[in-house]
Order: sequence, then structure tokens, then C-alpha cells
Amino acid sequence: MAVNEGVASLSDHLFGSGMAVYAAAMLGYAAEFAFSRLGARRGAAELAAEVPAARAADRPAVLVGAGAPAEAGSGVEIDPDDPAAAALAAARAREIEAVRQRDTAAHTLVAGNDGDVEVPARARWIGRIAVLLTVVGWALHLGSVVTRGIAADRVPWGNMYEYSSMICLIAVTTFLALMTRQQVRWLGVFVMVPVVLYLGFAGTVLYVAPGPLVPALNSYWLKIHVVGAIVSSGVFLISAVTTVLFLVKERWENRLAEVAAGRADASRAMQSRGGIVMRLPSSAALDTLSYRVIAFAFPIWTFAIIAGAIWAEAAWGRYWGWDPKETWSFITWVCYAAYLHARATAGWRGRRAAAISLVAFTALFVDYYLVNLVITGLHSYAGV
Amino acid sequence: MTSSTRPHEPAGAATDLAPKPSPGDPDAADPAGSIDPAGLIDPAGLIDEEAVGFAPDSSSGRRLPEGHADARVAVAPDVFAPAGSDGRDGADGAAGLGADPTSAGGARRSAAGRAGGAAGQYASASGGTRAGRHPALALAVRSWRQLTSMRTALVLLFLLALAAVPGSLLPQRNINPMRVDQYLSKHQTLGPLLDKLSGFDVFAAPWFAAIYLLLFISLIGCLSSRIRWHARALFTAPPKAPARPGRLPGGSSWTSPLAPADATAAARAALRRRRFRASVAPAGTQRPDGSPDHSVAAEKGYLRETGNLVFHVALVGLLAAVGFGSWFGYQGTTLVVTGDSMANTIISYDQFSGGKLVDTAKLRPFSLTLNRFAAAYEPNGEPSDFRADVAYSPDLDAPTRQATIRVNHPLVLGNAKVYLIGHGYAPHFVLRDAKGRTVWQGNVPCTPRDGMFTSTCTVKIPDTGLAPLGVRKEPQQLAFSGVFTPTTHLDPTQGYVSTFPAARAPGLTITGFVGNLHLDEGVPQNVYTVDTQDMRQLTLNGPAGTARNAQVLALNNPRQRTLSGLPGGLSLEADSVAEFATFQVKSDPFKREALIFAVLIIAGLIASLRVHRRRLWVRASPAPEGGSVVEIGGLSRSHGDGFAVELGQLTTLVREATGPAGGREAAPRPEAAAPPPGEPAAPGGAAAPSTTESRGTAAGGAASNASEREH
Ligand code: HEM
Repeated sequence: MAVNEGVASLSDHLFGSGMAVYAAAMLGYAAEFAFSRLGARRGAAELAAEVPAARAADRPAVLVGAGAPAEAGSGVEIDPDDPAAAALAAARAREIEAVRQRDTAAHTLVAGNDGDVEVPARARWIGRIAVLLTVVGWALHLGSVVTRGIAADRVPWGNMYEYSSMICLIAVTTFLALMTRQQVRWLGVFVMVPVVLYLGFAGTVLYVAPGPLVPALNSYWLKIHVVGAIVSSGVFLISAVTTVLFLVKERWENRLAEVAAGRADASRAMQSRGGIVMRLPSSAALDTLSYRVIAFAFPIWTFAIIAGAIWAEAAWGRYWGWDPKETWSFITWVCYAAYLHARATAGWRGRRAAAISLVAFTALFVDYYLVNLVITGLHSYAGV
Repeated sequence: MTSSTRPHEPAGAATDLAPKPSPGDPDAADPAGSIDPAGLIDPAGLIDEEAVGFAPDSSSGRRLPEGHADARVAVAPDVFAPAGSDGRDGADGAAGLGADPTSAGGARRSAAGRAGGAAGQYASASGGTRAGRHPALALAVRSWRQLTSMRTALVLLFLLALAAVPGSLLPQRNINPMRVDQYLSKHQTLGPLLDKLSGFDVFAAPWFAAIYLLLFISLIGCLSSRIRWHARALFTAPPKAPARPGRLPGGSSWTSPLAPADATAAARAALRRRRFRASVAPAGTQRPDGSPDHSVAAEKGYLRETGNLVFHVALVGLLAAVGFGSWFGYQGTTLVVTGDSMANTIISYDQFSGGKLVDTAKLRPFSLTLNRFAAAYEPNGEPSDFRADVAYSPDLDAPTRQATIRVNHPLVLGNAKVYLIGHGYAPHFVLRDAKGRTVWQGNVPCTPRDGMFTSTCTVKIPDTGLAPLGVRKEPQQLAFSGVFTPTTHLDPTQGYVSTFPAARAPGLTITGFVGNLHLDEGVPQNVYTVDTQDMRQLTLNGPAGTARNAQVLALNNPRQRTLSGLPGGLSLEADSVAEFATFQVKSDPFKREALIFAVLIIAGLIASLRVHRRRLWVRASPAPEGGSVVEIGGLSRSHGDGFAVELGQLTTLVREATGPAGGREAAPRPEAAAPPPGEPAAPGGAAAPSTTESRGTAAGGAASNASEREH
């Protein structure tokens, strides 16, 4: 049971170098992101055909009748015998044409949507190197966790430093796994920033030297329970990132719609087409991604809570006792359940659902940190 | 989304009758309404999920931000004939295709239209019977519908989460009553107010119960209808094919040498092989224009809704199990010194609490004896293992068995479990009279105070054999209070302290009192404190010298463990120390049920979040040159891109099954051209005897996600 000091310090070194490599990867992603341009790979007309007539309701009714704005003029019938009508019709046609142009412009701006972001070859290479670095960092990080376990001769998730490190490991794993299925490299910088900050926090504030577990923690079910909690938390972390991006992008798109409807002017960023937000995938894609990630993590979180209850039953004889940790796990669970419901409920989907997902993530954070560091400190019953 | 719920339409009819999927896509409700000439999109307000109780599955929906939603509708070509013009298609809607929010507008709109048509039918069917409902009844029905809607569930879920928060911030009686008292004495004004609001019993508070009971009533209400719908869906054929399945997003068509009837049979067989539930329109069925209907309707993924229902039912089950468990369960704590026994009767517990329906006279009559308690420690004093070896008899006349109880390893006796929750030291004291005869002896458990097991000991000896004193016959009872240190070390500043939790050098720092303990006056007393009000402190002779207020006894040293100089020549020896274990007995007769429901919850969740429901239609119609034109199309309510891929595979499969395709060039189909309302929808578009011709991708979401994938 004695702690192997050599392996323990190896673990610490791996942790540090993993973090450094992550940081480098983060810069790489950021660079790729920054160097990418909104391309006009597809013509404006094509775009307009794809997402035409956005917000038909916002515009003159005639447009709706006219169908796609490309054929806007065709909705107006001109009576050659009536000059007044002809003038009116011409004016209307001009108006429609103006709307159409604004619309096209707006949609060219929003083109970030469907991979219309053009990444110069050099930036693309930087991005690939960043992925490589992420994999290397991940391997070092994994090594740090494994050696930590070897050093302490137990599973490497027994205190807050270890939990935090594992959560980051899972978050990076999720990101890498997502990358094998979807083109989500753009997500890199947004994942690596919180991961690096989080690891920094874990390695400094939360750090403790490896040691044995207290008997109450030394249980089969605890291991299962903690793994479930860590895995779902790591994945939830990703969902929080994508949810924030969704909210940002959604606001942007709404603004765009205003511009398209002629109710607002394009901001400088929009005109120069250089804003970060523009390069994000569409809010719909971000919403889908957030949902998928949460739908993946939610059953695992449910399982973690149940495993925790089984463990509590074995350890304390009651499977549920509303202690702060249990209470906050429950709150987190209920909030994510609410998210799933909100997403299926008219009027709640979209922005409100996203807000709920962030509330849920906050509850998760409280569960992990505030309950341990603050709430129990103030109101704890014994040092659980 | 502003759905048009028309007051005169008894949407309730829809709630009861409409199949779950057909409530359709809430997105589709309003914008579509504005362009639907027949106004049939949402005649009963059915599409508003509120009216139905819950929303359609939108799980992976690609949605456009609010304002965008209509865009797709506006641009989408009319895929089906308008719902109103094709009575049967409208009826199909009853079997319901919940429009996929992920799919492009055309399909959504039509599906919504179809659903609407269905709703119209149902509404008129049942409207008559309910139109003259008593207002009070109507109100009740409306409230019930409100309560069982998913929006209500959402709000209640939120409230539940919110209500749980104070339970974690304020001290709770059921967890730590002492802290509650501290809090109350510290917050003179706020405390009582919070107390009135059940702030210290949040999880037993009426308002907390109100929230979860409402939630579960709501859940039960909506489950009952959902289960009915789902059962019906399970036993009816998938909804019939639309007029032009090939025009659904991702749909396609080709010509086949087979006759229409053979082509559909082949398609059905192919889909069956992929484990779709597939049924061919029965022979003799006609299209609205009178032509024979050769179509296959197939569906897969019923497990999604099944899983979802299992999940929600299990949730109700879990709550019931928890509730019953607390009514029929009990718990008691008892301290057993090594060598002693306990029996499962209410009097042998130091603390006991039972559920409302527990018969305390009929607890399971087991008993156990603590033979040995052993604790192991790390060199730094951190505990590493505790074990209690016990002999127990599980029932009244059952033979005695041996067991070891450890932390996390309770002894299981039927519904009851015996947990080891604590331990400590109980020094053994012997009180002797002047002649050396034993007057009293016993082990006195001391309360551990720290990790090194420095413990507080209180010894009360009411029957000392000493005569009462004075006119008031004050009894001469003895009390000692001391500090037990298992590994005693003399610290220059702190005095005697314990440096290790094991009893390596047990010591006892002790003071004594004589006087009236007031033990026999019916006032409950804490065994761990002495009320010295009517007592006089003794001066003691012992190892530390004579006539001292305090003495230090070394329990391992026979010459340094006796106090003398007590009144009447009495002496007290602390001759050994035993360990005690604290056991908690818990009985929860519904634990197993709770576990089963918990497992079902997970299983249901996984099915409901991982399985995707999808529908597929094949329609064959005679081609002018012989053979047939085969159209295929499908929708998935939740699985945009995955379905696009699957649809591709299935299309290939069905194409192969229906024979080689002709080699003619596909004629591009005018994108937005809908068949004029009156015109019979000619499947496959007689105009285009095409080879495979695909329309877009299966779903709007697919477009984005497919292109997200790196090729
Ligand atoms: C009146 C009460 C309720 C109604 C009407 C209701 C209805 C529904 C419906 C229709 C879905 C499917 C959503 C979809 O397909 O995306 C769903 C999913 C879900 N519900 Fe409920 N529910 C209720 C109560 C609850 C409660 C109390 C919980 C737990 C706290 C809960 C947890 C969930 C979860 C986790 C899902 C996700 C599973 C999935 O999306 O398939 N529900 N609920």
C-alpha cells in the first residue's frame, strides 16, 4: 500500500507536460480558426436558393406569394394598360429586389453554416498539427492518470485533484471521439481553453500527493459510481461549451435576420466578414451537437447516481439521504431531464433549452466543487 | 410559437384519440398555417403540443432559430396533394406521421397537414358528445390537460430542482439535528421563520411533497394516454404511404421491370429482412383517382417510445418504492461492547425511528453478539479497515451463525441489514468496597472525539452501597468523568493526549464526584454528561499522588490503574479496555423494488435516447412502357443524418430487390412544382420515367451534418 514516490513524481511530470502540450494544441486550433476565412465557395445565388425566403413572415406578403426570392418579380403581374399600376408594380418589384439582395447578403454572411468556411492550406496544417498535439497531450495525460494509480496502488480517482484530471481526460476523449465522426475541429479551441484552465486549477489548488483511500471510499461500487460521474461530467463539459457557442451563434443569426429584414444595419464585423462567430457552424448544428452530447451523457449520469445510491446503501444503509452531494446530483439530474423535455417542447426549444442546459451544468459544478469546498465546510455533518 | 388553438374545437378529443406522433411538429403549426390554403394545417389546435400533452420527438432536430422556422416551409415544394383534397391521405394522418422537425419543410408541412386532417376528423367525431359539457367539468378537464402537459412537467421539474436547493444549504433535522439547533440559536429572527416554512425539513416539507406529487400525478396522467397510443401503434400497420414518397427529402425513384404488385412485394420482403415492420396496402385498395394502390409502409424503432414509456413508468415505480420503503421501514442504532449482545427489539436501540406503518412489536426477532472488534490503521493513524466478528441468530429459534461485519459489508437478515457505523473504547471499571468486595463493575463506552480516538468517558454509579446523607437523605452516588487516550502521550503543553487510535498504551485522565445524580427522578438524562449541580468534587488518591482533583490511570499497568480515597473507603479500578462497535439496523422492505425500477430507468433511457424511429414508404405504379415506377422515401423523427445514410442503403436494397433499373436518363423534376390540387397525384411522376433520382438528403439536419463530416 505504500506510495511509490518515483512513480508518483513521474505522474506529476506527465500531468504537467500533458497540460503544456494541450496548451500548444489550443494555440494551434486558435490559429487555424483565426486564419480561416468565410469563403464564397458557393455562389450567392446558390446560397439564396438553399436558404431562401428567410423569415417570410417578416417581409411583404407579396414575397410569400412569390415563392423563392430569386423569382420575386414573377409574383407581380403588370397590366400594360395601366401606367399607374405599372409604376406601382415596378416600385414594388424594386422593393422586392432590394429585400432579396439584403437577404442574399445576409445569407452569404451566415454562410459559416454548412462548412462554407474556407481554410487556407497553411491554416489547415496548423489545425492538423493541433489535433496531433491533442492526441499526444491526451496520451501524456492518460499516462499521468495511470501512473498516479500505480503510485497509490489503487484506482486513480480518490480525491478532487484526481477527479478533475479525469474529467478533463474524458472531455478531451469526447472531443477526439467526436472528431472521428464529424468535422468538429473548429471546436478545438473552445474545448482546450476550459480544459487547460481546469487542469491548471486542479494541478495547483486541488493538488494532493497520492495516498490511500479512506475505508468508506474503498468500495467496489464507489469505483463504478465515480467512473460514471466522471465520464458523464467530462461529456457534459463538452455540451456546456457547445451550448455557449450555440447561444452566441443564435444571437448572431437573429441579428442577421434583422439585417435581412432591413430592421438593422450590418455591424462592422458582419461587413468585413471577419468575426469569430461567423465561422461557427449554424446554431441548428450546434444545437444538435449539444443535444447529442447531453443525450449521450445523461444515461451515464443517471447510472452514476444509481450506483452512488447502491454504494450509499452498502455503506450507510440508506440509498438516499438528501445529503448535499446527493441533493446536488439530483438537482443536476432534474435539470438535464428538464433540458431534454424543453428541447421537445414548443416555445422552450432553442435558447431556453440551452439556458437550462447551462443551469444544469452549473448545478454539476456546484455538486463537484462548492459542495465539497463551501457547503460542507459551512453546514457539514461530519467530514463527509 | 403561436399555435392556433381554436377555442371551439375540443382539442381534448385529440388528446385522447390522436396517436402520439400525429400531434406533429410544433414548428409546423403556425407558419404553415399562413400558407395553407385549406387552413387545414392545424384545425384543432392539435399541433400545439400543449393540447396534446407532449411534444413530438425532436431529439436531434436541426432547427432554425425561431424566425427562420418558416423559411423552410415557405420554400418547400408541395410534396403531397393538399391534405384537404385527398380524404384518404388525411385519414392516413390519423395513423400519424409526426412530422420530423429535422426534415425539410415540405414534408413537415404536408405531414402537419395530414395530421391536421386527422385532427379535424377526430374533432368532429367527438366534438358533438362533448360540446355541451358542464362548465365545471370543462374546467376540470382543462386543468387536467394543463397538468398533464409536458410544459407543466417542465416547470414542475424546475421547481423540484429549485426546492431542493435550500435542503442543501440549510442544516437539516433528518441529517444533523444538532446543527439545526445551533442555527436556530444563532439566528433568532430568521431561524424560527425558516422553521415555520419547513426550512430544516425541506425534504419532508408539504410544499416539497406538493411539487413532486403534482409532478407524478401529471406524469401518470400523461402516461396513461401515451401508453394507449403506443399500444395502438404497436398493433396497427404503419401509416400508409403518401402519394409521392419519392418526393420526401432523400427520396428517389426508378423504373423496375416488375409489375407494381410484384415490386411492392419484393420491396416489402427486402424491408422485412432489415427488420422493418412492413405492410403492403391490401389488394383492392384504391388511390383517390381510382387507380389501384401499390404501396408498402414500413416502420422501425418502436423501441424508442417503448423505452421512453418504460423510463417514465419506472420513475413512478421508483417513487412508489421509495414511499413504501419509508412507510414500512425502520432504523435503529445500538452500541455493543465486545462480548455483549443485542436483540432486534425496540428497547435495545439507543435510537430508533420507524415508518408510519411499522409494527414495532413485530420486528424480525434476530439477535447478535459481538465477539471481537478489530480495527487496522495506517502508520499515520488513518484507519484502513474495521471488522466486527459477530455470532448471530437470524430468527427466534434459528441456530447461531458466525459473520464478519465490515464497513460497506453489512450483515443481511431478511429485509434488515446490520451496518457497522462506528466504534470506540469502553474501559472496564470495578468499584470495590473497603474489604475488596466488588460493588459494581461494567464497561463504560466513551465517545470518540478525534481521529486518534481521544474519547470522553462518563461513569455514573448510582448504587454505591453508601448510606444516604443528612436529613434529606441525599443519596451518595458516584460519577466520574474522564478522557480516555488509547495511545497515551504526555504532551508538555496539552497534557495527556492520544497519538494513535489503537489501544497501545491506554490511559484515562479522570475526575470524580459524589452526590445526587438525580437518576431516579424520571427526567431523561444524557448518559454521556453528568449534571454536577448537586454533587461535590472528590479529591482522589492514585498514580498521580494523593488528594488530587484529577488522576491519570494507565490501564495496562496493574499498579497504576486504581483510584482510592473515595467516600466510604471505596476504590475504583479501570482494569482493561474493550472495544465497542456501533451498529445501525436498517430495514427497507422495498429496496429491491427500488433497485429494479432504477435499472428499468436506465434501460428505458438508453432505448429512448439511442433508438431512432423511422418510417419508410415504397410506392409502385405502372410505367407507361410496362414494368413500374418505384418510389421510395422516408422520414425519421429524430435521426437526421444517420437516417440519410440508412435510407441510402435501404434504397439500394429495394432497388436491387425490384430488379435492374432502366438505363434512361433522369429527367430533372421541376423542384417546386406541386401537382395542382385537383390533379390525381401520379406516383413517380408519369412524366419522368426516370432512373434513380434523388431529392436532397433525408433531412434538413442531414444536410448540415453530412457536410460536417470530413470525406
Ligand atoms: C407530466 C410529466 C411528464 C411528461 C408528460 C413527460 C413526457 C415526456 C416525453 C414526451 C418525452 C419524450 C421527449 C422526446 O421524445 O424527446 C420525455 C422524455 C424524457 N423525460 Fe419525461 N415526461 C414527464 C415527466 C418526467 C419526469 C418527472 C422526469 C424525470 C425527472 C422525466 C424525464 C425525462 C427524460 C430524462 C426524458 C428523456 C428521454 C428521451 O428524450 O427520450 N420526465 N418525457
